[in-house]
Parts: sequence; structure tokens; C-alpha cells
Amino acid sequence: MMSLRKLPPEARLLIPSFLVIGLVVALPLVFSLYTSFTAYRLVRPETIWNFIWFKNYIRLFESVDFWWAFGRTVLFLTVVLNLEMLFGLGLALLINQVTRGQRLLRTIMMFPMMFSPILVGFQFKFMFNDNIGIVNHILQDWFGITQAIGWLVDAKLAFFSLAVAEIWNSTAVFAILLLAGLMAMPQDPLEAARVDGCTPIQAFRHVTLPFLMPFVYIAMTIRSLDVGRAFDIVKIMTNGGPAGRTELIWTLSARAGYEDARMGYANAMSYVAVLLSILFTVHFFRKLNASRQYLNEVDA
Amino acid sequence: MTQIAHTMENQHPLGRSLKTASPAGQFAPLQDEGDLPEPWFPAALALRWSVRIGVFIAMCMILLPGLWVMLNAFRTNGAILARDSLFLASSYTLDNFRNIFGLGDVTEIPVKAYFMNSVIISVTSTVIAIMIGLAGGYAFARYKFRYKKYLFVGLMLSRAVPGIALSLPVFIIWSWLGLIDTKVGTILVYVAMNVPFSVWLIDGFFRQIPRELAEAAEIDGCTRWQAFWQVEFPMAKSGIASAAIFAFLTSWNEFALASQLTRTTDTKTLPVGLMDFTSQFTINWAGMCALAVVIIIPALILTFIVQKHLIAGLTFGGVKG
Repeated sequence: MMSLRKLPPEARLLIPSFLVIGLVVALPLVFSLYTSFTAYRLVRPETIWNFIWFKNYIRLFESVDFWWAFGRTVLFLTVVLNLEMLFGLGLALLINQVTRGQRLLRTIMMFPMMFSPILVGFQFKFMFNDNIGIVNHILQDWFGITQAIGWLVDAKLAFFSLAVAEIWNSTAVFAILLLAGLMAMPQDPLEAARVDGCTPIQAFRHVTLPFLMPFVYIAMTIRSLDVGRAFDIVKIMTNGGPAGRTELIWTLSARAGYEDARMGYANAMSYVAVLLSILFTVHFFRKLNASRQYLNEVDA
Repeated sequence: MTQIAHTMENQHPLGRSLKTASPAGQFAPLQDEGDLPEPWFPAALALRWSVRIGVFIAMCMILLPGLWVMLNAFRTNGAILARDSLFLASSYTLDNFRNIFGLGDVTEIPVKAYFMNSVIISVTSTVIAIMIGLAGGYAFARYKFRYKKYLFVGLMLSRAVPGIALSLPVFIIWSWLGLIDTKVGTILVYVAMNVPFSVWLIDGFFRQIPRELAEAAEIDGCTRWQAFWQVEFPMAKSGIASAAIFAFLTSWNEFALASQLTRTTDTKTLPVGLMDFTSQFTINWAGMCALAVVIIIPALILTFIVQKHLIAGLTFGGVKG
């Protein structure tokens, strides 16, 4: 205890954070890095000492299923993040135009954020169900479509349904941040643009949008921190099906780890997933830092 | 003028409403036509109506999916499967809720126990994460030290690790430590999940409080500790509250880790309990809808009470830091 007291105050304040992160995140990650080099199977504990170097990774990179899942994950992340950004921007612009009852609209806007991803998965599984789902119900009763559409059974439609669920759940984060950006925006440049005879579209393109860009990156950073949550939605809605056509890295590694009990192989796969997430986050984090500096300059 | 009033209201660094101080009330009422900026082009009226229609459609898309599930919580499984009407069912029932809380004829799933587990795990992990995050955020905002930037990024990156990728190694280590199927094991994981984001938000808020305030208090004879509690802490309350809400919601809603780390009635949380309603070939839709309502209501109430802090936390903690 004596030596703890000699530490500078900032170190004492930071120790709890790093201790808990070390125990729950760093240590398991080091451990999973080790097991990814072994033939560890949960059912045979002694296999943890069976060091096989890069065999898991080689097998991984030779596996067609893995590459499909990898590509699908990148596609899913890109599509979903960009669409969320677009819809969030649209929503923020709409609500910014409203003067009466804006506070209420902002509150309603955040409604989907409160839904747990697992709940969203189940909810959209229910809605897209080919027998009892509301989507088919409406299509059949109002639009006269005779055949039930298997939203979660057809490979392409299943991917679309997953994206819809994820977008419904998370667009609000973008909308809130962009709305804050719109509200913090100085009005003078817009006035000037108007005086100079800009159309609203020109004013938006050359005045509003550049000011909003920092907020876009901040939203991207925050969202890229937890896109891994999409695991819950995918797990519930399709569980990687039909026939593995919506399998993402997360569902594939969970299947290898818990259902096939091939922990070494699964850990190799989740390591790739971790690196992918970190890549996304670092990318946006750098943009975020740049945009923060830009904002502070504007403020000053 | 309205625009400016809104801007002021939302620009206050601590996210507190300046409504009382804003001059909005002294000028024309908010909703007057003349209150909007001058029309930029002749179709201004059309624009206004398209905004109204757009807002209406957007709100429908936001609200209806959630409300549809909540509505089905009051229908019987038979009514759901018969699919007789969209929004107006012939009869509504509370049986689903009676059943999941063990008051009805069917009592399969111990929702009451899951609910208590969820409350205990979420609240405890939130409190601990906020205490740790408060210390960390304060250290990052107020002290200069070596490798600060890298430590900060490192902390953030730990949040980027997806829960499911973490669940495999944590599951193995926890089973060695005997922490599988204990509340402590789950709480520990949730604390670690929530610390980075809390540090980030709280750091952003402390940076906006002028350092001089605490220094002045110290000159007046306060200890550093007193200066913190009496001057800086009350000013950062809004940020701490929003960090707490985010931490609570994350723990309350988390599934990927909980589904592996909790196994029995003593530890399972509500999101994991949701899976109890699915069997190999059938799903008890009505029961699931009722449980969905049970999960969502506390989150909704909490959020609506504190939504101002939530927005302030997301925007100012994250943006300005």
C-alpha cells in the first residue's frame, strides 16, 4: 500500500480503469491469441498444450466459408453505416425544420435506441415472418400479392431484412449527433449564402455540409465502437441461414467455438474479427481527432 | 429568432436548458408563419408541407415496429397465428403477462427471477463503472502525463472488441476462475465494457469546466478533494448522469456475453430469458412480446426522464472533448 501512495495522483486515478480492462479485455485477448495457435478443443482440456503454430490461420484463410463471411461482414458494416448516416442526416434535417413540438420529436426519435439488439432481432423476425408477419400481411391484404414472401428464407432478402433491423435500431445515434451539429451551427454564413443568391441546395452543399462533417465522423466513431452488437440481431433473425448465406464473422466464430467446440480455430477467427473492428475504429478515431481540432478552431 | 433561441438553448456547454434566459417568449410565438426564415424560392409552401409529410412518415417508421410488438403482447397466441386483423384485434388480454409472472395457468419461465437478476447486475455494474470512469475521466481531463494520448486511444480500442469475440476467451478463463454462472462474473465483464465510454464522456465534460474554479476553491482553503466534490462534481453531474444511463442501457440490453456466462435461474438476465421462448420448431410469440414489453418499459421510462442529459452527454461529452 505504501508504494501505491508514492504514485502520482493521476496514476492512482487511472489504475482502476486499466486494472479492470486488463483483467476482462487484455488478458482474455492475450489468452485467445495463444489458443489461436493451439488445437484447443473445449471437450479435451489437454489439447490446450498442443501448439500447432499457424495451422488454424492457414485453415481459416483456405476456408471459403470464412472468406464469404469476411466479405459479407465488411459489406454489411459499410452498407449499414452509410445508410444510417444518410437516414440520420435526413431525419436531422427534417426535425431541424420543425419549430413546434421539436422536443417531443427528438424524444420519439430516440425510441428505437432503447430497444436491446436482441429485442430488435426478435421483433423483425416476427415482422418478416412469412406466415404471421405484418410485412407479408400488409403486402397480401393491401397490395394483393398472393404468394407469401420468405423474407428470412431467401438469401438476398434475408440480408436486406437484417440491414433494415440494424438500421432501424441505430439511425437515431446519427440523427441526434447531426441535429446537435445543425443547432450549434452559426447562422451568419447561411445568411451570407442567401444574400449571395445561393439556392437552398447550394447552401446545403457548400455551407451546412462542411460544418456537419466533424459530427458525421463522431457518429461514425461511436457507432463503429459497437457494430459488433449486430451479432445479436443476426443470431436471432437468421442465425447465419439460409444455408449460411447471412453468416457474418461473429456468427461463424461463435458456431465454431460453442457448437463445434473448436476453440483454437474459433479464437483465430475472432482475432480477425477483432482486428477488423479495431481497423474501423482507428480509422474513424483519426478522423474524429482531426474534426475535433477543426471544431475547436471554429470555436476560437 | 426561434433558430437563435434554439441554438442558445442547445449550445450551453453543460447541456442545461437556458430556456428561461432565452428571449424566445418575448417575441412572436414559435409556430407563426413569419417566424420561419424568409422564403428562398417561391415553392416555400410546398417545402413546408413536404417537411410535415416527411416528419409524419419518419415518425411512423420509427414508432410502428416497436408498437406493433407491444400490441401483440396483449393478444393470445391463437390470435397472432390466426392473423385476423392488423391493429384492431377482437379481444385483448393480460394473460401473457399473468403467465410470464407466474400468476396464470402456464408458468414455465421464471421471468420474475430474471428481472431481479437483470436489475442487480445492471445497477451494480453501472455504479462501479461510473466510479471507475469518474476517476479515469478526471485524470485524463485534469492531469498531464506521459503517453496520455496513447493510453486514451488504448482505452477506447478496448471498447472496439466485439462482445462475441471476447466471450470465447472470457468464457474459458471464467470457467477456470469459477466465475461462470455467477452474478459477480457478469458484473465484472459489464464494468469493463462500460468503463471506456464512461471515461470518454466524463473526460469531455470535465474539460469544459474551467480549471480555475477548483483552483480558486483550493486557494480559499479547500483540499483538492473538497474542491472536487463541492465545485467540479456538481458541474459535471449532467455528464456523469448521461454516462450512467448509457452504462445501464448497455448492461440491461447486453446479450452475447450474458448468454454464455449465465446458465441458471439465479443468474440469467432478461435478454437471455427471451431465448427461453424459442424451442426447436416453434416460438411462443405472445410470451415473447410480453417479455419484450417487460424489458423495454424500464429502459423507456428511464430514458424519457433523463433524455435531456442523454442528448447532452452524446453531443457535448463526445464532440467538444
